[in-house]
Amino acid sequence: MARPVETKAFTLEEIGYSIFLALLAVVCVILAGKAWEPQMAFHAVVGAIFAAAGIFLIVKGFQDRIAQPVQTVDGRPNYNYAPIKFASIAAMFWGIAGFLVGVIIASELAFPALNFDLPWIAFGRLRPLHTSAVIFAFGGNVLLATSFYIVQRTCQARLPGIVTPWFVVLGYNAFIVIAGTGYLLGVTQGQEYAEPEWYADLWLTVVWVVYLLTFLMTLWKRKEPHIYVANWFFLAFLVTVAVLHLGNNVHVPISIYSYQSVQVFSGVQNAMIQWWYGHNAVGFFLTAAFLAIMYYFVPKRADRPVYSYRLSIIHFWALIFLYIWAGPHHLHYTALPEWASTLGMTFSIMLWMPSWGGMINGLMTLSGAWDKLRTDPILRMLVVSVAFYGMSTFEGPLMSIKSVNGLSHYTDWTIGHVHSGALGWVGFVSFGALYCLFPWLWNKKEVYSLKLVSWHFWTATIGIVLYICAMWVSGIMQGLMWRAYDKLGFLEYSFIETVAAMHPYYAIRALGGALFLVGALIMVYNLYMTVVHGEDAESVATGAPALAPAE
Amino acid sequence: MSSYASVAQFAQTWGLVYFFVIFAGVLAYALWPSNRRSFDEASRIPLRED
Repeated sequence: MARPVETKAFTLEEIGYSIFLALLAVVCVILAGKAWEPQMAFHAVVGAIFAAAGIFLIVKGFQDRIAQPVQTVDGRPNYNYAPIKFASIAAMFWGIAGFLVGVIIASELAFPALNFDLPWIAFGRLRPLHTSAVIFAFGGNVLLATSFYIVQRTCQARLPGIVTPWFVVLGYNAFIVIAGTGYLLGVTQGQEYAEPEWYADLWLTVVWVVYLLTFLMTLWKRKEPHIYVANWFFLAFLVTVAVLHLGNNVHVPISIYSYQSVQVFSGVQNAMIQWWYGHNAVGFFLTAAFLAIMYYFVPKRADRPVYSYRLSIIHFWALIFLYIWAGPHHLHYTALPEWASTLGMTFSIMLWMPSWGGMINGLMTLSGAWDKLRTDPILRMLVVSVAFYGMSTFEGPLMSIKSVNGLSHYTDWTIGHVHSGALGWVGFVSFGALYCLFPWLWNKKEVYSLKLVSWHFWTATIGIVLYICAMWVSGIMQGLMWRAYDKLGFLEYSFIETVAAMHPYYAIRALGGALFLVGALIMVYNLYMTVVHGEDAESVATGAPALAPAE
Repeated sequence: MSSYASVAQFAQTWGLVYFFVIFAGVLAYALWPSNRRSFDEASRIPLRED
């Protein structure tokens, strides 16, 4: 029986993206020809190549597809997993790259000769490469994958469009490549966590707006009447990061042919906007969005609904309304007005409440199922991530108190705090999500080896403990040495003495980071084997198992 | 009073009222007895397989 053949034609979407990318390629070629600096020319060439590759992929996608993708297959939503698979693999790639660079710079701090006097691998250039690779490249791809997965599954709706989800995922990774290569070549606007220059910022704005619209369109198409709480957290993340990005990147390029730009705000205003941005990058990128992962993957893996849905609503609104004000605690005892500094401290302390509310909600989801922690290392990873979340959100408000900050600020204690959150909370919740996601996406029963997950868990946990303990000791020692006076009122220690005293802790920190990297490599092997050799899941989970006929 | 001081004073007093009212609203919405059923239902969304 012949099916009615749908005549295949370019959709408006495909034409629109092709024209946009073609124009972009032309602009990039012109910029490459007229660029003032070699770095600008290099990035313009990269941009032109990416735009051309984008057009190629659109045309190839058109040739390969038979018709428009259908919204449902046999009454079940026809979920779009391909871009999610790409983002999951990209997350692992960037994760390994970012952790490796972290280990390198930790080793450079312990043994400075390791920079070999090469400018490209000096600490100053590799440090933003490390932070951006782990936060925006690793974390960002984990969020792309999980947000697109969760929003489809909880809305029972397919992502809109053919090109659009791919544009978001590939466009975001193109941004990462431009930003990362820029750091190595010395291209930076010098603002922490917002280092990419003006053209990379503009490109990210385009990608981010499309990301937000894709997410909203999927919500719009939903079959579920209620929008599940994880989607609220993702929405807060998408909207706030857009606002933060625009607010903190008000820079005017000195010429469109130059990578360099001049910032509009200056002095303490710039500092305040920078830390309003910086703290909320933590609050909405590394916290709200990863809480969305917690609210989906912990219930899913424990096979129990979240402990209290009402608490999750209070958690959500309290968290987003309080977080946005906490930034000034990064600027205690500076030119910032005293009241603003106090305001930041007060809001940080109030943040204890929603943070711990969320932690309790995540942990108590396991009530009645605690035994699963013994048998399921993936669930253990997710639960320990929530415990680290609780720990670092206890430490954060403590450190925002002015008198504590007087000791902790500018010391390694801050680095230790950040890494208990980043490695323990963000890292572990991401690993847990990836371990769940890979079998689901590639239709496998389970990961290749739960035993290897256990190995990953313990290697990484020991690494984190070494890391944060070393930084606590080194940080507090550093703070105390800086403020030590002798009986005549002179400083007890010269600066270089404090640096020398930190050497053993820097070596321990590098070891801890290396263990964390080894754990992640075990994960990559395990997930590779899951995809290639994992046991296939039954095609459809149909309540009752098919009975074998009696013979 | 300078405009800076008046803006600061406005923000510092009415900010408190604003936050309190929002928080009370959120609490009322989350804890309203008749919303219990729909929230219980919503909490099961990830567990419902399609």
